[in-house]
Amino acid sequence: MSEENPYLGRAHRFVSMLRHCQVLGMKVTEANPESLTIELPYDERHVGNPSTGVIHGGVLTTLMDTACGTMVINALPEFELCPTLDLRVDYVRAAEPGQSIFALAEAYRVSRNVVFTRCTVHQGDVKEPVANCVATFMRIGSQLTPPAFRNTVLGTDGGA
Amino acid sequence: MIFEDILKQAHETGLYQPVVDAIPYANLVGLEFQRFGNDVIFRLPDNSDNIGNPILPAVHGGVIGGFMEMSAALHLMMALDAPAMPKIVDFSLDYLRAARGGRDTFAECQVIRQGSRVANVIINAWQTRREDAVATARAHFLLAQ
Repeated sequence: MSEENPYLGRAHRFVSMLRHCQVLGMKVTEANPESLTIELPYDERHVGNPSTGVIHGGVLTTLMDTACGTMVINALPEFELCPTLDLRVDYVRAAEPGQSIFALAEAYRVSRNVVFTRCTVHQGDVKEPVANCVATFMRIGSQLTPPAFRNTVLGTDGGA
Repeated sequence: MIFEDILKQAHETGLYQPVVDAIPYANLVGLEFQRFGNDVIFRLPDNSDNIGNPILPAVHGGVIGGFMEMSAALHLMMALDAPAMPKIVDFSLDYLRAARGGRDTFAECQVIRQGSRVANVIINAWQTRREDAVATARAHFLLAQ
């Protein structure tokens, strides 16, 4: 199966399988071997502080966990489902209500057992971040990843 | 009614359900709570909309984080009679085991240190037994003056 950008295809199919990401409304907008961007449009259901309309930190946590986890898939030579070990977030400034947020993720080190990632959430200017995070993922090996899941993400199941 | 008034009324009556009802994200994930004197246990009921990994299935790690973070903010508001929502500064979350779909998740918070402007809170989350935590977290919040 030939795809114009296999990284984007893989990332898109992976995020499509995560129910809660669909409930929130995440969309992968850019993917390459080095980085990945997911957009999340503003939605009043995401609000954590009713006085200000600012979205809840948990929405950012979910967005960053997803962006880093999806980046891990694109950073590995073979498909592996890697559980998150930990996540450390700095909430640098409140997100501006009414505007999309973007998560830009990178995997800066892939070791034998662990993948180290970082992610910045911004609203159009990456130099004005809303949040920064580092997250580590445990490699469990491609043999422990269910084949059906792998085929769906890789787009090799003959279907979508 | 504005949120600060809802909160003020809750401090007066000791009834915090209207506070949770006023927070859209708490309703989106389905957060519930129960108070036992000054102790509070937060509950995230099983909900297929909160699933991440469809194979296990498991609750999305971000939802677990969001639930714990929201629990900590509510815990602080209840414990300190805070006049407004505390602002989260940072959050450090360790995932210990998968939070399985089909089960409820619970959380309990402890204020480790409270200064005049900032509070340090630890949060533990579990499903079947408190000792078998699914995640543990630490957060700093700026308190409303």
